[in-house]
Amino acid sequence: MRNHRFELMTDLTELGVAALRDGVAGGAFTATEVAHAFNAAVEAAQGALNAFIVTTPDAALAAAGTVDEARAAGQPLGKMAGVPIGMKDLFATKGVQTTAASKILEGFVPPYESTVSQKLWDAGAGMLGKLNLDQFAMGSSNETSGFGNVISPWRKGGDTTPLAPGGSSGGSSAAVAARIAPAATGTDTGGSIRQPAAFTGISGIKPTYGRCSRWGVVAFASSLDQAGPMARDVRDCAIMLEAMAGFDAKDSTSLDLPVPAWEAGLNADLRGKKVGIPREYRVDGLDADVAKSWDDGIAWLKDAGAEIVDISLPHTKYALPTYYIIAPAEASSNLARYDGVRYGLRDLPEGANLQDMYAATRAAGFGDEVKRRILIGTYVLSAGFYDAYYTQAQKVRALISQDFMTAFETVDVILTPTAPSAAFALGQKSTDPVEMYLNDVFSVPASLAGLPAMSVPAGLSRDGLPLGLHVIGRPLDEQGVLNASLALEQRAQFSAKPGKWW
Amino acid sequence: MSSYRIQGATGEWEVVIGLEVHAQITTQAKLFSGSATAFGAEPNTQVSLVDAAMPGMLPVLNRECIRQAVRTGMAIEAQINTWSRFDRKNYFYADLPQGYQISQLYHPLVGEGAIEIVLDDKNPEGSAKVIGVERIHVEQDAGKLMHDQHPTMSYVDLNRSGVALMEIVSRPDMTSPAEAGAYLTKLRQILRYVGSCDGNMDQGSMRADVNVSVRRAGEPLGTRTETKNVNSVRFVMAAIEHEASRQVDVLEAGGKIVQETRLFDPGTGTTRSMRSKEDAHDYRYFPDPDLLPLVLDQAFLDECRASLPELPDAKRARYTDVLGLSPYNAAVLTADVDTAAWFETLITASAAKQGKDEAAVAKQAANWLTSELFGALNKLGKGLEDSPVSPTSAAELLALIGDGTISGSIAKQVLEKMLETGDGAAAIVDREGLKQTTDTGAIEAAVDAVLAANADKVEQYRGGKEALFGFFVGQTMKAMAGKGNPQLVNQVLKAKLG
Repeated sequence: MRNHRFELMTDLTELGVAALRDGVAGGAFTATEVAHAFNAAVEAAQGALNAFIVTTPDAALAAAGTVDEARAAGQPLGKMAGVPIGMKDLFATKGVQTTAASKILEGFVPPYESTVSQKLWDAGAGMLGKLNLDQFAMGSSNETSGFGNVISPWRKGGDTTPLAPGGSSGGSSAAVAARIAPAATGTDTGGSIRQPAAFTGISGIKPTYGRCSRWGVVAFASSLDQAGPMARDVRDCAIMLEAMAGFDAKDSTSLDLPVPAWEAGLNADLRGKKVGIPREYRVDGLDADVAKSWDDGIAWLKDAGAEIVDISLPHTKYALPTYYIIAPAEASSNLARYDGVRYGLRDLPEGANLQDMYAATRAAGFGDEVKRRILIGTYVLSAGFYDAYYTQAQKVRALISQDFMTAFETVDVILTPTAPSAAFALGQKSTDPVEMYLNDVFSVPASLAGLPAMSVPAGLSRDGLPLGLHVIGRPLDEQGVLNASLALEQRAQFSAKPGKWW
Repeated sequence: MSSYRIQGATGEWEVVIGLEVHAQITTQAKLFSGSATAFGAEPNTQVSLVDAAMPGMLPVLNRECIRQAVRTGMAIEAQINTWSRFDRKNYFYADLPQGYQISQLYHPLVGEGAIEIVLDDKNPEGSAKVIGVERIHVEQDAGKLMHDQHPTMSYVDLNRSGVALMEIVSRPDMTSPAEAGAYLTKLRQILRYVGSCDGNMDQGSMRADVNVSVRRAGEPLGTRTETKNVNSVRFVMAAIEHEASRQVDVLEAGGKIVQETRLFDPGTGTTRSMRSKEDAHDYRYFPDPDLLPLVLDQAFLDECRASLPELPDAKRARYTDVLGLSPYNAAVLTADVDTAAWFETLITASAAKQGKDEAAVAKQAANWLTSELFGALNKLGKGLEDSPVSPTSAAELLALIGDGTISGSIAKQVLEKMLETGDGAAAIVDREGLKQTTDTGAIEAAVDAVLAANADKVEQYRGGKEALFGFFVGQTMKAMAGKGNPQLVNQVLKAKLG
């Protein structure tokens, strides 16, 4: 009996959100058993993957206990009842350290809970722990964390070189791919959900800007930041997004709209739909594996009944420079509050005055990438440069949005690769920031336009590493994005998973 | 209007003044958080997570603050911008938790308006001048540093952090300390009428940044200095006076005025340099991405306009044109919204008691209020707001004067007793037997006695020294302990003196 139970618990970590939810609701297993199974998996992997900054097994068990009691009492269960998840450490969690992976917030325990995390707990989810990320969500490889790199569970065939799990939601992608969490929250400013999802063979959706409240999420770039789910498949993302989304009066940019029933609306039949293929994304020197997977995606969507349309998004080439003006500009201001006065790190050298304290605290607390972006942002907002950079970038941003709106007059969704390559090795790009920034080339335009966009696994590269396909939809049309993604998922039949080397 | 000039060693200099007034908006809650705003609370007891700029906190606009600023704009006939936006002004200071102040640089809520000032209340039309208001924008206040709590450390009180302010920016249209004083006084008056700011300058809910430059007549504008946070009308005038002569001294000695921020020291009445343009912050203004542009619809604007009270200029005009008050009394009674309200309650009650319309009792009420009650309260060191005599009990007193029950001089005694005891006028008159005598017999007896006792003066009067009439009136009234009806006393005296 003991052995049987142990085996069952091992198997539970192979299940995704829908299966866990249905199993708990149907009595196939208890939420507590699920929590134990994932807690054990988290503990076993933590040393090798460093996916979590803190683990919270007791929180997972407590939430599971509440679900089991509710079920025993015959009460209705929430959308995520019995599903333990990883929480990106950018979401403030009441009573649990929240750092944004920065030393400047080490030891900071918020007396409040972010709206999105609260909604997930209200839906019956439990917390396995706070997931590692790029510091303040600035990065594409998780190498900027103040708490060490996350190691991707994926390895190239016959090679032990540690690979990047993508970023900034690298702890989230690694945890879901390694089956130590069935799902995790992510946040996406320029691709931070989609690129790590692509790197690790999982699914992730950034909804329309304003769908998920930003209240209680440590801000990187306010006009771009958007939370979303990362999970094994499209259905799991739909379920979790329903639990995360919704109007919040505490966020002035939150959309006051009902949350659609995305899971119930899933439909992979794309007959009558038009899919745009933007010619500007077929960049010179596009990785051959990526090009092939894009072609596969086009064929799959055609197979699902969609009409493929060649489209133009002429301002695409300006998206990356535009993003790297606007995001750092907002960040330079958003991060001014980390000053050592009220919370977090304070470095007060002997005899220091206020200015000295600011300088010492921020020098010690922020990592290099964060400092780089604060410098860029401060520069582009400074007197004499503001119009040339920031004002200009805002104009280009409007043109990029306009490109999409024009395209959506003709097509329903747009298909592109998620990232220009499969996962790279840790350290491979960390010395050249621009090389690193180029990773966001396909994901950034949709961020600038505030559009819903999703990455789903499409297959493996010749090195045996996952590749993602990227579906961009009209504002508020998450359903269209999910449905096209589902059509891809069904045809890609992606079943690869990392070998368990930890 | 003003011909104020600084007499320098080398000739005359003109002064050019502009004021940026920060007025705290009267609301229960802060501009972007639900925290309370009461003055004088214990440090850090009125601070929300948003005010303390905790990670992930977001501002949510308090519409009431916008409503009050729009109403203020309407009160100065300003353009209301139905599309405005909030910008971040970035700088580091320990009293600024976010590291930026949310303000409105590029698209303020309120555009061009104007305020008419009067330099001489006795000659309101002849001494009026219009001062342009460039804009009113809405912004957050900062917290407060306390340097006296610890030998080596400074403490921070965030109660004020996030409180809503209007910044009301004038055109450089003022040319003398008196004009600046009149502008600030008038602005405060309007704000108090509108109810958008309590105008308590000593509590910091209204303070002015004073921009001053000097030039020779006909020359272009000189370089200006900005004296920050001056918190009374008197200090603003003193700061201008000092700063203008300082600038003249510098220029006449061959020096140059440096564009800089200065501080006013109320103790010495002087200004001193705080920081020069070279050390000025680069505030890196940009639109606050946490807030959507502020769009006002017609229904909102209509409500703002409909809720405006009668404003000071209109009220003053009505007091002279409809109620028949002197320009001076009208100015005095409309100077403060509470005084005007007191006066209007008084004339309503008075009209009711005397069975007349308000215009018929207004003059009597205005004269009595400005000369009798103000004087009496002044002696007691009180203001109208803590007057022991209410408008209704004052109306009772005025009715007794009006119907001849007591004379004006008896009324003074009655008022004194009312202030002393809080009793009603009629009760005091009854108790003290102060009723005016209209008994002609008694008056005739008193007059006879006075004339008999002053036969020599009667002789002189009859000989043509008519000025002595007042003497006989005084003596008669004295003999009757002030209770003789003045008209009857006059009549009887006239008859008896032939």
